Parts: sequence; structure tokens; C-alpha cells
Amino acid sequence: MSERYVLAIDQGTTSSRCILFDRRATVVSVVRGEHTQSYPRPGWVEHDAARIWRDVQRLIKRAMREAGIGPAQVAAIGIANQRETVVVWDKASGTPVAPAIVWQDTRTSSMLDGLDGSFIRERTGLPLATYFSATKVKWLLDNVAGLRSRAARGEVLFGTMDSWLIWNLTGGKHLTDVTNASRTMLMDLATLSWDPDLLDIFDIPRAMLPEIRSSSEVYGEAFPGVPIAGVLGDQQAALFGQTCFAPGDTKCTYGTGGFLLMNTGSAPVRSSHGLITTVGYQIGSGEVAYALEGSIAIAGSLVQWVRDGLGLIGTASEIETLAGTVGDNGGCYIVPAFSGLYAPYWESEARGVIVGLTSYITKGHLARAVLEATGWQTRDVVDAMNADSGLALTALNVDGGMTADNLLMQIIADFLDVPVVRPMVAETVSVGAAYAAGLAVGYWSDLRDLQHNRHSAGRWRPGMDADRRAFEHANWKRAVESAVFFSRRP
Amino acid sequence: MSHVPGLIQSIERSSAVLRLLAAGRLRVKEIADALDLPKSTAHSILRTLEHVGFVEQDTRTARYRLGRGLLELGEDGLDLNELRGRALNWADALAARGGEEVRIGALRDGHVVVVHHVFRPDDSVQSLDTGHLLPPHATALGKVLLAYNAPAVEVAVRAGLEAYTRRTLTLPRDLARSLTETRERGWSLSVEEWEAGRAGIAAPVRSFGGLVVGAIGVSGPVERLCDTRRQARPALVEHVTATARAITRDLAGS
Repeated sequence: MSERYVLAIDQGTTSSRCILFDRRATVVSVVRGEHTQSYPRPGWVEHDAARIWRDVQRLIKRAMREAGIGPAQVAAIGIANQRETVVVWDKASGTPVAPAIVWQDTRTSSMLDGLDGSFIRERTGLPLATYFSATKVKWLLDNVAGLRSRAARGEVLFGTMDSWLIWNLTGGKHLTDVTNASRTMLMDLATLSWDPDLLDIFDIPRAMLPEIRSSSEVYGEAFPGVPIAGVLGDQQAALFGQTCFAPGDTKCTYGTGGFLLMNTGSAPVRSSHGLITTVGYQIGSGEVAYALEGSIAIAGSLVQWVRDGLGLIGTASEIETLAGTVGDNGGCYIVPAFSGLYAPYWESEARGVIVGLTSYITKGHLARAVLEATGWQTRDVVDAMNADSGLALTALNVDGGMTADNLLMQIIADFLDVPVVRPMVAETVSVGAAYAAGLAVGYWSDLRDLQHNRHSAGRWRPGMDADRRAFEHANWKRAVESAVFFSRRP
Repeated sequence: MSHVPGLIQSIERSSAVLRLLAAGRLRVKEIADALDLPKSTAHSILRTLEHVGFVEQDTRTARYRLGRGLLELGEDGLDLNELRGRALNWADALAARGGEEVRIGALRDGHVVVVHHVFRPDDSVQSLDTGHLLPPHATALGKVLLAYNAPAVEVAVRAGLEAYTRRTLTLPRDLARSLTETRERGWSLSVEEWEAGRAGIAAPVRSFGGLVVGAIGVSGPVERLCDTRRQARPALVEHVTATARAITRDLAGS
């Protein structure tokens, strides 16, 4: 019998990728297609959903061709997707009624004013922000002629990218998974179903919403005999791909920013530090695993700024080389609050500062302070998570492009005082989607089976002495205060 | 335009472009006009020189200037952290497929510096040795790096070929033979030349023009890397050389 594989579709913000995994979760083939971001007006970010669907179709075929296999050798398909992005399409023709509104889009910011943030947070676990789907759906209903009445009649459908892909792949099933639903701001986090009060608040007809399913079950067939069997929002997929199955297990994905998710177990943990409470995953009819999520606004993008804005380095990797020319930060700290400070500070007006400059400071010290800024921002979010959850982080599982930076990984281990672990399967988002799909069809038997696939490729042990850490941490806190102070006009 | 037969015209033209840029920052059109070349030819030359790092384009003014690669000709070329960043996913896949620990090395100051280290995928206790130094003549990584770098061999020989085990190649003649063999087959093998009981297999990672900028290899117990005649297992050699080629494609193609 020929070997079978699981296909993961990672529908991301800037590109879509298809990866085939074998039973040991090694990558057999990987293909990728980028799509354009449209910025029709300031603050607007749109995608062409029809184009994305065409890309995904093409990529699925290419991934199989490169691996030299046909659909018969695909055991299941899993989907991980950019979260919160809104697609509304015509049920009869399958055509989007408007460009997809991307999660980064801030056109609905004026809508937030009249809303009851504490009620919404209580019901959904989400802070009031344009980020999530609800205001975007409302915007379309308000601004596309005739859309609301068509929605009420069930003639047009709403979905996040997962729903859009399932609809197209299965030829008309209107479904979403519970992790994606938890990001719409329309789902009750306790009952895991669409909430009538929220639908009322946002004036969204129930008829246009997909059915909420678990993250790992058979949703339908993409090809004869090939089920779609796993769906997770991309950050949740990374949590699952990192096999963070026990309460306290935490992962951080470092890209332009950072996303930290901690598995908090079967009851949602309400944050008193402004972290997001979200659904981590749900396997079939099993218990839901909830998660706390905190984001680091500026990580890799600070390095890009050093490269493109300051011209101190030629490539992003050189930040480590430059930082390696000095042994410490020389007393210099950078707070990269380019667009405010996120959790746990929530100072949207704060702006970045560089403090502690003396004539002794070289570009090496600045480079070091750049990497340390990512380390301290991670520490801030981890401290908030530990406090909210009552769990103590014992190790941080990392993935994403910045994990190539050894010095940064060491800095994070030093600042958190826990080991930092890089898994051998770097494609954690895709592997998470594959795992969810493979579990549902028995390709992998259970969570323990998945953990057997997990091997660490690297591990950084904390090596900083406690006094030094406390001293540096206090300096960072004061640097953050400076950023806040500077933005406050008397 | 006159051109001496037997010499390579595009190199002559590239040299002329560099001389022009040494005097000041210029646009494509200005360079084409100065050398009486079609604009498309000048553009191809500039793009190639940009690819190898000898010129840079200011994105704001669209003018070209001499690149950092030219100013740093005497230095070691590719940034080692850049090398790690480019090789990361390939190195992981090698460790997963080969089942052995993976290291990437480059020559610096007469030593092999470990640029990247991926654990053996068996979850045993291991520690990262990125940044550690290895002896070039006694390790598979080092022998690959020496095989394509004659001056470095001289340095190593002059420093003295220290014996780490009784199998370490301590005679220049023996080392030279091993390096020739490495060049001929495109990969190196070291069996108990540095540590008793351990072996390594490594292959070169090249940048544009074939320049060897590093080596990638696996290491582990002799019985896992070699057969009973102490020859490298072909499947592992294939994994290592395929990985080196993949990283090379990535580095040379960008």
C-alpha cells in the first residue's frame, strides 16, 4: 500500500501555502503563493477572496504534484487561516459581494464609541477593537446596497477565511470552527454558540452565519474520499502544532510582531491585564481547551526599522552580528511603542523612546537593545499570563522567523528565567492544521501520538543571575514609563 | 567597441562600471551613456553586480553606488547569522530525516565556528554549541571547508596538525589526500579523527559563483554513521549532500 499524507492549507495574511506532511510530521512538499494587499484608503486593508480561493486550488494541485502523489494518497486536509478577516458572498453564485476586509483594517474604529466594552468582553473574552470580525460585517451590511435585507433572507453568507475555503472546497457547506468563531466577537465564549445579544448589538442577521463546529472533525469532502477534517485559526494552529496540550503550555510565534498563547485548560480565564481570552482548540465532541493570548506589537518590525529606517544593517540577520559586537546594552533601552503599548500597559498614545544614551553607546549597543526589547515585551506578556491564569510558565515554545536569532533566544531565556525551546517542525501553523485533520480521520491516534512527533531542535537555558535580571527588568520598566510620560502632554 | 579576443567582455564592462561608480553615484542611464552601452546591457551588469554585493542601489534616488561587498572584499563574506537564517529549515529537515544532530560551520581565524546546531531528534539531553570552535583538520565540517580553501590549509598546517585521537590526520600529506578525496566526491568523512567513537559527514554550502561559504553536516556514533567497513552510509551522505545543495540554491539564487 502506498504511503498516505495529510495536506495542510495555511491561508495567511500575505500568502497561502500548502504543505504535505507524512506520519512523522516531516514536510514532504511545500508550495506557496503570495497575494496582493489592497489599501484603497488610509486604514483600509482588503483581500480578493476569489483570488485567494483560486490560489489555494492551484497550490493544492502543485503540492500533490511536487510530492508525486494523487488525491487518493491524501488522508485528510487541514486548514489554518488568517483570523477575523471577513468574507461575505452570494449563496447562489458563490461570488464575494465585496472585497474581504482584513483583520488589520481600521475603517470601523468610529463604530466602537457607542459600544459597551465591558459587556462585550464578558461575553466574548475580547477587548473592544476593530481587529475582530463583528464591526467589519456590520460595515458591509451598512455600506453595500441591499445587503442587509439579502442577508436576512439568507441569500448572502458571512464567513472568516476558513468558512470561505470550506464552502468552496466542499461545494457549499457553510461551517466554521470554534477557534475562528471565537474571534468574530459574535460568539458566547461560555456556550460556544452565536449570541443573540451580540447579533442584536451589531445588527447582524443570524441567517448569514456559518454553523460552529469543533476544530477536528469531518466537515465534508474536498475530493471524493478526501475529507476536510481540521480547522484552526493560525495562532491556535501554532499552539496545537507546538503540542501545547496541557494547561500552562505556552508558545510564542515571532514574526513582525509576536503572538503568545497559553493553554489554560477547560475553563476560560478572564484576564485582568487586558489579555484576550480565546478558544485554543476543541477535538470533536471533546472538552474545549481555552487559551490566553497576548501580542507583542513590535518584534521583527523593529529589526526591519533598524535596517530600512536607520540603515545600520543590510539584512535582518545582521542585527545579531551587530549585537554580538558588545557584551551588554551599555545602559541603553529601546521601547518600540511605534503605535502605542499593548498588554499589559494599554497606552495607545505612547510613542517609542530610546533612553540611557551616552557617548559610550555604539550601534552594537543599540542592536542589543533592539533584541532586548523583544525579550522584555515577551516577559511583560508572560508575567500578565502567569498572574491571570495562576499557572507558572515552565518553558516557552518558540517558532517563527526570528528563532534563527540565537542571541535573541538566549536573551528571552535569560529574561523569562525559563528554557526556550525550538521544535524541529518549524512549520507549526501548518503542522497544527495537519494534526487536527489527521486526528479526526485516525491518521494519528491521539494527542500522545502527536507528542511523539515532537522533538526539540534547540533549547536555550537561562543563564543570567537573578540580581542582574531584576536590575535590567527595573530599568526596562522605567524606560516604559518614559515612553508613557513622553506622550502625555501637560 | 574594441575587444581583445580570449578575454571576457562582460567582465571588462563590469570593471568599467565599478570604476565609474568609484567616482560617484550614477543612474543606469548615465552609466549606459558613459560606456556607450545599451541601457538594457548596463542594467543587466548592474543587477549582477548588485546580486554579488559589489554595487547597491539607493531606493530613494535610484542611483547606484559601490556596495559593501566590495568594501569588505578582504573579510569573510556572508554574515554567519544570515547563513543560519537561510539554512534553518533545511537543517531541521536534515536532522529529522537523518536522525542525527546537525551542525553548520564556517571558517573564521583558523577555526571552524559552529554557526548553527540542531539537536538529534530523540529528545535526549543535549546542549546547543553554537559559537563553539572546532579544529578544521580533524572534523568533517572542517575538512570540507579546507578542501575549497588552499590558504586556510596552509594556515592549519603551519599552526600544527594537533593529534586528538590516534586517527587524527597529523601529516600534511595525509590531510592533502583526504582533502583531494573530499573535493572529488563532494563530501567529507571523519571517523574518530577528533573524538573516539564518533564520526561526521559534511558537504559544502556555496554562494554565487560557487564560492564555498560554509559546510553542513551530521555527526554521531561511528556505528550509526558508518557501515562495518567504516564507510559512510550512502543514505546519510545523500541526505547531507541534498541538504547542502538546497541551501546553496537558496543562497545563490537570491
